[in-house]
This record gives sequence, structure tokens and C-alpha cells, in this order.
Amino acid sequence: MDIHEHQAKDILAAFGVPVPRGGLAFSPEQAAFRCRELGGGRCVVKAQIHSGGRGAAGGVKLCDGEAAVREFAAALLGTALVTKQTDSNGKRVDRLWIEEASQIARELYLGFVLDRKSERIMIVASGHGGMEIEDLAEEDPESLIRMVLDPAVGLAEYQARELAFRLGLEAGQIAQMVTVLNACYRAYRDLDATMVEINPLVICADGSLVALDAKMSFDTNALFRRTQVAALRDPGQEDPRESFAADHGLAYVGLDGDIGCIINGAGLAMASMDMIQLAGGSPANFLDIGGGASPERVCQAFRTVLSDRNVSVILVNIFAGINRCDWIAKGVIQAYREVGIDLPVVVRLSGTNVEAGRRIIAESGLPIISADTLAEAAEAAVAARPQPVSA
Amino acid sequence: MAILITEETRVVVQGLSGRIGQFHAQEMIEYGTRVVAGVTPGKGGTTVLNRPVFNTMREAVEATGADASLIFVPPAGAADAMMEAADAGIRTAVCVTDGIPAQDMMRVKRFLRRFPRERKMRLIGPNCAGIISPGKGFMGIMPPHIYTPGRVGIVGRSGTLGYEAASQMQALGIGVSSSIGIGGDPINGSSFRDILELFEADPGTDAVMMIGEIGGPQEAEAAVHVRDHMTKPVAAYIAGLAAPKGRQMGHAGAIISAFGESAQEKVALLSACGIVVAPNPSAMGETVAGMLAAASDAA
Repeated sequence: MDIHEHQAKDILAAFGVPVPRGGLAFSPEQAAFRCRELGGGRCVVKAQIHSGGRGAAGGVKLCDGEAAVREFAAALLGTALVTKQTDSNGKRVDRLWIEEASQIARELYLGFVLDRKSERIMIVASGHGGMEIEDLAEEDPESLIRMVLDPAVGLAEYQARELAFRLGLEAGQIAQMVTVLNACYRAYRDLDATMVEINPLVICADGSLVALDAKMSFDTNALFRRTQVAALRDPGQEDPRESFAADHGLAYVGLDGDIGCIINGAGLAMASMDMIQLAGGSPANFLDIGGGASPERVCQAFRTVLSDRNVSVILVNIFAGINRCDWIAKGVIQAYREVGIDLPVVVRLSGTNVEAGRRIIAESGLPIISADTLAEAAEAAVAARPQPVSA
Repeated sequence: MAILITEETRVVVQGLSGRIGQFHAQEMIEYGTRVVAGVTPGKGGTTVLNRPVFNTMREAVEATGADASLIFVPPAGAADAMMEAADAGIRTAVCVTDGIPAQDMMRVKRFLRRFPRERKMRLIGPNCAGIISPGKGFMGIMPPHIYTPGRVGIVGRSGTLGYEAASQMQALGIGVSSSIGIGGDPINGSSFRDILELFEADPGTDAVMMIGEIGGPQEAEAAVHVRDHMTKPVAAYIAGLAAPKGRQMGHAGAIISAFGESAQEKVALLSACGIVVAPNPSAMGETVAGMLAAASDAA
């Protein structure tokens, strides 16, 4: 789960990371007021959306005084910001963070991530901040310093010191850097984060360290015990279809194609998408209905997939182990009755109670296209798409 | 022969008293698996499916000589259940639970390192369908009838895609020595490489089908291991050619977040290491058949 920059700064500040003074604004008037609170001079106006690359997309601006802040805020609020990390619809700007301007002497990169190779928390740092980490890894891989932390010990003091020296910090900044590193580590550990990124961490003209930007992501599997983190969720930044699906126990990811997918199991769902692509089609979504799916959940899956207007055919592919084909079949028929389906539907059932499931489909009298194998199902779905009218 | 589970394996089910635990334990018993006990804290002294239930793993192991454990404990307590099993002397634990916090798994992996090699527990999963040696026994949630006894090992992350492979192989008359689901989480007990080592050493296995997906470094690590250390042929399929970068595809671990983690990159690396990669998921069975034919021609 992602949160906004201002929320990440609040959290990190509470753990001891120095951040610039600032305030949140939901209107141009409020933005101007925040500027006045900061002294009325130069300040930075930053769009709060769940995406990186905001600066390049025009979502961050240094403004001189209240009038300039009000004007920029009025132009930005309510628009959708398209960055290189968002899709072509962008993300809606509903809130701004107004912050005092900093005198930057040097920019550093600092990130804490889950390293899947060592299966531990890893610090990634570079003396070249301000660039995206992907670009940094490509353009200046030599500058990246990596340090793996032992979960039984945590961040050892010597590791923090060593990192500070390797980044070339001066004597007066070493202790500050150790404080920042410890704070980030504790925030990561105590709140079940999956990522903490400060980019840039700046050294100001007066020698002090400040987190100019901050990003945090959290382990959704741990939200049950991190209610304070779960409360920071902003549904306005999510794809409404994905939120709807998640609320009904379905894993859904919207894609660009037109073949809607209802599958059980993440691996089989990915494989079905691959098969569709090989058959010459394009998947509209990833959707895993999960284990032990009731007819009701199958119905919700149809609702989710049909909420995407690009969908022109639906492929249901189930290999039941913990699921039951008869329940899935009942769910498909219930969806016809309750949701109203006027698109071609291809159903492939296999595994537990497959005979009962196929019988239910066959006896329903509904125009369902049945397939026996994964390949047949994908080909049938591609063939069932309405043909474009040729001129 | 087979790996990790045979007719001799004595299985305790952690979470036997729950609805899910009971349902799957019943299936395992019907298949012939030696389920000897259950553990549910607070339910000690009761019986479920005619098996004694204990409060702690230590008691269960002492009373029944169990050497394997199947864990159906909900996410909040699953990591604790794994550590309890390891401390009680269990040799193989399979955890089916989906949704365990990553930092809990980090702690479990660190905890398992405290045991000397001869009594260290092998953990399979979490977030997996389980393990089966067809005709001998199984621990997990898979439909056992789709596996024919035979001499090809299967190792994969996904449950249902593993079923797909097994049933394609069954349709072609190819049997399975053991099928191992290592699970879809970013931090898991055993990697592809760990399981490939077991298959290489197993006299009952002639070849291996490996089913990977996008995300993480384990398929790449396995490919290099196959090239450098394996004598038995390995075929593979990697799911997620159509998956976009940076989006999590259901499994917590199925996200392309670094170089070399996309399906295309993994397929290229596997092929370069001499692994035959199925061009699409409906060709997994044929690919295994082709690999076996090539191996017998060479012999």
C-alpha cells in the first residue's frame, strides 16, 4: 500500500528524520494561507499523488509568495497529473503540500527495501541524489552502496557510520546521518514497510541534513496489525475497479486489452493472459478469484470485469483444487441472472467436481461457450470477439 | 523413491481443529497419508478424525513420533507455528497459509538458522498448494487424482498452474515422482534451487519440470545451478509474459521490480543455461515429453 509524501514525512519525522516545515492544502486559499504561515516568502508547492516523477510532470513548483502559490494551486488542484509512472489517465490532484524552500548544497539518495536475494532489509544509498533509482542504477551503478541488515540485530551503529563515511559526509554530518538511518530503519521495521525512500536527502548550505522528499510503501499482509497505517489509505488514488475487487476478496489488476479474465490462482491467471496474447488477443485484466470461491464471489468477479467498458468477451478458466467446479458453474449462471451479461462467455472447468460443473453449464440453456483445455479456451475467447465492421 | 514425503512420513496438522484443516486432513487420510496427530492450542485432549489433538508441537512429536507438519494456521500466527514446529524437531514443514507479513518470514528464516544441520527443519511455502508423492501421500490442498505415479519431478510457485502441468502430463501418460509447491511469497522456506538439489539426489526422479513466474531472483539462481550442477534434464515454463512492469500479479512475490525479473528475461536466461522452456502454458506437457524423448535418445 502506498501513502502520500506528506504522510511519509509525518511518520519519518516522528521517528527522528528532519523534514522541512510545511502544511497541507485542499484549496488555493488554504495553499496561500500555508505560504503565509511559513513567512509569506518563497515556498515549494507539491502535488500529492501516489506516483513518482511529479516534478518532471509539472506537479512541483518553487513559488515566490502567496499570490504565486494561489495561482499555481488553482491551476493544479482537480487536474489529473500524468507522470511516467502513471497510466495515460494520470492521478487526480486533490491535495497539495506547501513547504519552506531549502538551500541545497548537496543531494543524496537513500532507500530501504526488502532484498529478495538475502531475504533481509537492505539499504541502498548514493552520493548522487535527485535522480530516479532506476536511472541511477543504469547511469551510475558504481555510486550505489548496498548494505544488508541482520533481522536479529537490526541496523548496527558501525554500519550506519560506515555508510555515512562512504557517502563522503563531513565530520559534523556523520551523527546526523546515523540518526536519519536509525529512524528510517525503525520506521520500516515497526510499521511493516516494504520501502522507505528519501530522494533527495539534502545537505543544506548550513550543513544540516533534511529529507526533501519521502516515499513509503507498506506490506498489505501486515495491515491487520498496523491500523494507524491502514488509516492512511487514500481510495481517491486507486483504480476504483481494483478497490471494488479488493473489497470483495478478489485480486484484480486492470490492463489495456478487451478479453476479461476470471481465473483461480495467480499463476494460472498469468498463464491464461500469456495464452490469450499468443492466440492473438489482449487481456483486459488479471483477476484471481482465490480459493474456496462461492457462487456469490464469482458473481462479484463478473461485476468487476464488466465494469471495464473495453471488455468484449469474458474468459473463465478454473482448475479447481480447493475450489469446486459446481460452485463456479452456479456462480456463472447466477451472474447471468443478476448482473446481466450480453457478451460472449467462454468457460473452461477442470479439477474438483468437474463433471457436476460441466453438467450445470450444459443444462443451463445459456449461450456459454465451453472449452476443455487452456489453449482451446484462449482461442475460443479470441474467436468470440465481435468482428470490427469492415468498410 | 520420492522426495520430502513417502508412505513412512508421519504428519501432524497444525490447525487440525479448524474447518479448512479438517477438510484437507480428511482428504489426505483417504489418500493414504499417515496423519498421526493435530495441534491446536487449547484443544489438547480432544480428537479430530480419530486423531489425538495436542496443545503444543512438542507434546505431539513426543507422543506420536511425527516428523512432518502441515500448517493451516491463519496469517497472524503462522510464523509462530513454523518456529514451534522447528523447535519441536519436525524435519519437513509445509505452510499453506497465504497473507503472512514479509518481516515475519524474515524472522522465521533467521530462526531456522539456529539449528545444526542434522536437525534443521526444511520449510516449504508459505502460500503454496503443498507437496505430493503420487501413490504415497500428500500434504496440502491439491486434488491428488491429477497426479499419476512416475519419474518426473515438478516444482513450482503457483498451485493451479502446477495442477495444469500435472494434468497435461497425465494426459500424455507421464507420471510424477513428487510435486513440490514452493509458494508465491517473496520470502519462502525453500527455493527452486533447494528443491532441484533434492530431485538431483533422488533415485526415483529422472527429470524435472520447473514452473516459475515474474518477480524475484530464484528462477535465475536455479538456472545457473542447473547448468553447473545438475545431470538430470530440466524443462520449464515462466508465467507472466503478458504482465506489466511494477504491478503485483496476485502473488505477493509476482512483481517485476528489478532487472532480470520479467518473464522474457527469465526465459532467455533459462534457455541460455540449457533448460527447455515451454513456449506457452498449454505446451507444458509436450515440452516434458520432448525432454524425456531427447534424454532417452541420448542414453
